[in-house]
Amino acid sequence: MEVPLKIIACIKQVPDSEAKVKAENGQVTWGEAPLVINPFDEYAVEGALLTKEANSGTVTALCIGPESAKDALKHALAMGADEAVLVSDPALNEIDSVGAARVLAAAIKKIGGADMIVFGRQTLDNGSGLTTAQVARVLGLPLLGLAGQIKVQDGNVTIDRVTEEGRQTVTAKMPVVLSVVQSIGEPRYPSFMGIRKASKANIPVWTLGDLGMDAPATVVRRTELMNPPVNETKVEMIAGETPEAIAEALVQKIIAEKVL
Amino acid sequence: MKTFVYVDHFKGEIQPASWEAIGLGKTLGSVSAVVFGSGVDAIVKAAFEYGADEVFVADDSALEDFRPEPYASTFSALASSQSPDLILFPITARTRELAAMSAVDLNTGVLTDIAALEVVDGALVATRPIYEGKVMEKTVCSGKPVMASIRPRFFPKPPRDESKSGTATKVEVKSDALTRIEGYSASEAAVNLGDAGVIVSGGRGVSNNPSLNPPAGLDEKQAEIWRAQQGFALIGELAGVLGGAVGASRAAVDGGYIPYSHQVGQTGKVVTPDLYIACGISGAIQHLVGMRNAKVIVAINKDPDAPIFTQARYGVVGDLFKIVPALTAEFKKKLGK
Ligand SMILES: Cc1cc2nc3c(=O)[nH]c(=O)nc-3n(C[C@H](O)[C@H](O)[C@H](O)COP(=O)(O)OP(=O)(O)OC[C@H]3O[C@@H](n4cnc5c(N)ncnc54)[C@H](O)[C@@H]3O)c2cc1C
Ligand SMILES: Nc1ncnc2c1ncn2[C@@H]1O[C@H](COP(=O)(O)O)[C@@H](O)[C@H]1O
Repeated sequence: MEVPLKIIACIKQVPDSEAKVKAENGQVTWGEAPLVINPFDEYAVEGALLTKEANSGTVTALCIGPESAKDALKHALAMGADEAVLVSDPALNEIDSVGAARVLAAAIKKIGGADMIVFGRQTLDNGSGLTTAQVARVLGLPLLGLAGQIKVQDGNVTIDRVTEEGRQTVTAKMPVVLSVVQSIGEPRYPSFMGIRKASKANIPVWTLGDLGMDAPATVVRRTELMNPPVNETKVEMIAGETPEAIAEALVQKIIAEKVL
Repeated sequence: MKTFVYVDHFKGEIQPASWEAIGLGKTLGSVSAVVFGSGVDAIVKAAFEYGADEVFVADDSALEDFRPEPYASTFSALASSQSPDLILFPITARTRELAAMSAVDLNTGVLTDIAALEVVDGALVATRPIYEGKVMEKTVCSGKPVMASIRPRFFPKPPRDESKSGTATKVEVKSDALTRIEGYSASEAAVNLGDAGVIVSGGRGVSNNPSLNPPAGLDEKQAEIWRAQQGFALIGELAGVLGGAVGASRAAVDGGYIPYSHQVGQTGKVVTPDLYIACGISGAIQHLVGMRNAKVIVAINKDPDAPIFTQARYGVVGDLFKIVPALTAEFKKKLGK
């Protein structure tokens, strides 16, 4: 008999990657561009749903963010997650990744724990793929990082860890924390039924008070925001009668750049 | 300032950015290198040769392969007892996990993927790209030690001096692993895009050579992949002449033309080579964020309106199947190979 799995997927809301993000008066702005579920976290939700389908169980999406982040949670619900929880508190506006990990850990405990907590590889906004390992450390759970495939058997989780060097098969006993990468497969589109269900969902919002904790101290903070130097290079088109003539002209230019 | 540098390696293959981190640390004061693994004498030796004043080593079968818990526990215990001011890591899949966990243990934070580090009024200030490099931020860490991971190729690599040597200090090993590694298969080809000085990349256009006749018996998809492989062979030859690595767009990876480890872009690698040659790549924003900080970008595309040309220094409108081999031949001639 399969025991149903309790899975939590941690997701964040970020500006769409097509957005024209700029630094303006010390603030990050993105104009009218929509806020979306962090694209890497869609793979996390996909991994959670695939695991639920291959076994049995429930998926709860969890997010720290402003009220508007409910839309990202609704996307996860529309993809097929069963429940969603938002942690929202003005005191969390400036948290760093260790702080976010402590808050997520507290929320995971309040949900009642899980057999598997899945994360994305990193957040697109200011993230750097630290939070996952930090949640594992705070909870004292095994970390299975960069999973391109997830299998559950006899209380163990086995993943294919995908890195530049190749693939490793790594196993740990549940409960586990894992991060999911693109090799898991394309995230499914929300179904019509899913979207309907999500639009009616009542998403609980927890404050730090509900989690019984104070705002974690912010250790890493931003002191300045800048736009990158504008790319002033104008393209120089290389044309010629034959491929050989083009190659000759182009190679000469590249050698003159002294980059070889 | 007392800096620790973690020397990252995979089965003895050292991440060159580890040496760049030693170079950075030396500009600030003394450097102690930290080497973990099993059978790592050669790495310890190299750390001295690249300028470490001191090396801490944990050489133990429990640390044979990187696993986050024992590496973090061993590292955190060492850092607590030695109290460095700064800990530098070359950024890799492993050090992200290691630094993240140790920051929890040591009650501090990590400045990640940094492109510059300066001392302002006695405080360390790092510069790093955020929002996929669309904006930059300066950030500080009020915890101690300050932990930071550096992007490859942003800090000069110190010269290697083979006359330098020293005796490493042994570190107590914690073996609290919670995971087990049961198997490993290497990437088809060693791809180290992060450290490459030259990258030649192919996109969907690499499969677009209708004049190539695939062997009989292939269905349409197999024929497309076969064509793409002929295309990537040309790209590989050009990369070879230039001593560079082969990159790819996501369309090429999704098409099954080449493994994911070659992918450049938002969901692949962010790279900053001196020369990036994009062949048959349209230049979608998700690809551009991965390569637009290359020093010189060359684009080869048969569509004169392809957005890749807006980012390029040099552009060629033409068929990559004709241009790429001509470039390879010309470079061979000019570089005397
Ligand atoms: C969340 C998300 C994440 C993504 N992450 C990434 C990422 O990390 N990396 C990435 O690359 N993409 C990524 N993408 C995909 C991206 O949007 C584009 O779809 C992809 O980059 C297109 O790849 P391409 O340029 O190879 O293909 P296409 O856009 O199809 O372009 C092919 C080009 O080849 C040219 N061409 C065709 N034949 C020839 C020939 N014989 N000679 C010369 N030129 C020729 C064509 O003119 C065309 O410009 C992501 C998308 C999303 C939504
Ligand atoms: N505010 C948040 N709410 C929920 N999950 C988050 C949040 N921030 C980060 N995560 C998770 O942690 C992963 C790594 O994030 P980061 O360390 O910011 O790159 C993300 O892919 C998410 O799965």
